[in-house]
Amino acid sequence: MNKSYNFAFFDEGSKREIRRATLKAIAIPGYQVPFASREMPIGRGWGTGGLQLTLSLIGKEDVLKVIDQGSDESVNAVNIKKLVSDTTGVRTTDSTREATLIQSRHRVPEVPLEQDQILILQVPLPEPLRSFEPSEHETKKLHAEREYSGAWLMLFEQIMKYKTMATDADHPVMVHDRYVMAPSPIPRFDNPKLDYSEALILLGAGREKKVYAVPPFTKVTSLAFDDYEFEIESFTNHECILCGSKDVFLDELVDQDTGATYFQCNDTSNCLDIVNQEQSLGVK
Amino acid sequence: MAELEVPVLSVKQLNKQFGNGCSTCEDRESGDMVKNYCRECGTVYACRDVTFDVYQGEVLGIVGESGSGKSTLMKSLYFDQEVTNGEMYVAGFENGTKNVLNESAQKKRYIRNHLMGKVYQNPILGLKMNFSSIGNIAEKLISAGNRHVGSMETRGASLLEEVNIPIHRMKEEPKNFSGGMQQRVQIAKALSNNPPILLLDEVTTGLDLSVQASVLDLIKGLQRELNISIVLVSHDLGVIRMLADRTLVMLEGRVVEQGLTDQILEDPQHPYTQQLVHSLL
Repeated sequence: MNKSYNFAFFDEGSKREIRRATLKAIAIPGYQVPFASREMPIGRGWGTGGLQLTLSLIGKEDVLKVIDQGSDESVNAVNIKKLVSDTTGVRTTDSTREATLIQSRHRVPEVPLEQDQILILQVPLPEPLRSFEPSEHETKKLHAEREYSGAWLMLFEQIMKYKTMATDADHPVMVHDRYVMAPSPIPRFDNPKLDYSEALILLGAGREKKVYAVPPFTKVTSLAFDDYEFEIESFTNHECILCGSKDVFLDELVDQDTGATYFQCNDTSNCLDIVNQEQSLGVK
Repeated sequence: MAELEVPVLSVKQLNKQFGNGCSTCEDRESGDMVKNYCRECGTVYACRDVTFDVYQGEVLGIVGESGSGKSTLMKSLYFDQEVTNGEMYVAGFENGTKNVLNESAQKKRYIRNHLMGKVYQNPILGLKMNFSSIGNIAEKLISAGNRHVGSMETRGASLLEEVNIPIHRMKEEPKNFSGGMQQRVQIAKALSNNPPILLLDEVTTGLDLSVQASVLDLIKGLQRELNISIVLVSHDLGVIRMLADRTLVMLEGRVVEQGLTDQILEDPQHPYTQQLVHSLL
């Protein structure tokens, strides 16, 4: 552990300020709370929002897991894990069940989260109405007045153009029947996992200086029309080439030699767990 | 005798000033004013004590030179800007008993989305140029609470057909359209949720004559068919003569003359109206 920094990199005042914003965010589900986003040793837009939340919340007893697009071993995830463990000395893990803090970029883990866990999502664009209304001043008013026709209009436009809602990720959700929220670019597949989630879900946008939250057991509905219902990505007739899982989010990959496409689990630690389990059973 | 008819829209003593005013222009009659501009403090009195009623199925014309406060008045009616003071009653909201200008922003938005439609002089203000034409119409319907794609698409298509936009172009963005077509998309959007009140701000300005004629024709036809009330602002007396039942003449923020359109055009009383009518080519 690197002693030249305060515990968890930040000074105590900074951590307290971020926690105060987080508490407000939890108190008003889905509402974007502005906070004084700090300079970080990684670039803005590389997960600084999530990292600041992690650093402000982490304690000595915590076990940390960091995922980047489902992978525990990508450069971004590894570097964030290194920074946190270097300045705090906490243990890191790949196992979703073991972790108390899970910082994630663009995925909710396949293993259901539990009450004593906190999921921290990194958010590039926290404002769900941004492409409809460029002015922050105006979008604040729209949120205040619960005027969300812009969010539905964007979906309507997609239906007109592509005959279906074409949000591949970041499909807007209504939290607690009040605020429309960008769930960060998680695939639509993960949206239902936010609804009445047992774990606290925090979302941090470092560049945009916003924190927001979905408290445990909060209603989260994906926006849809009466005659165009919300649908998750479908992987019918496909399974993971490594572990054979079916009801998980799969990546479509191309075999370089044969040119054939195959599917593989996006959540690597879950895939590995299943493979290990099968092998140990096989040995017995 | 039947009870007196209740106006659909009633505006009383509406004032809008830009600037704080000063002791010189407090008494607006005697102050050191250039038209409605105070030389002392630079305050512009854009609308001064504007009062009028609009009844069911009536077309009210507002004429006046540029800078006379017509557009400011229209913006105030559609809540695009706050008024300095005044009252406005809308029959469809709380039976016209509440001054809607004092309502919350949410209520004002409700009135805008459910009870009014507006066509701006400049289509950029009224339309989202990067969204499809049908999407623009749907925006108004979604704001009014519709969440059914099929019904919105049908409604949008029938409206666009009514304003002579070919159906095969309904998914195109208005930015690809000519000025006249953009204006017609705006009209379709304004009419989408059958508003009892339609506000038209210089709808034909900048359009060529044949397109002007077809747009005017369209408005007249729709108004007859749907029996909606229209407030129509124009500096073009030809448009006023053709469409308006009653006309207000505005000058320097004030209503200087009002009456039946024929009466105003044939027998103008106020010197400014006389000048206006005589300068008609």
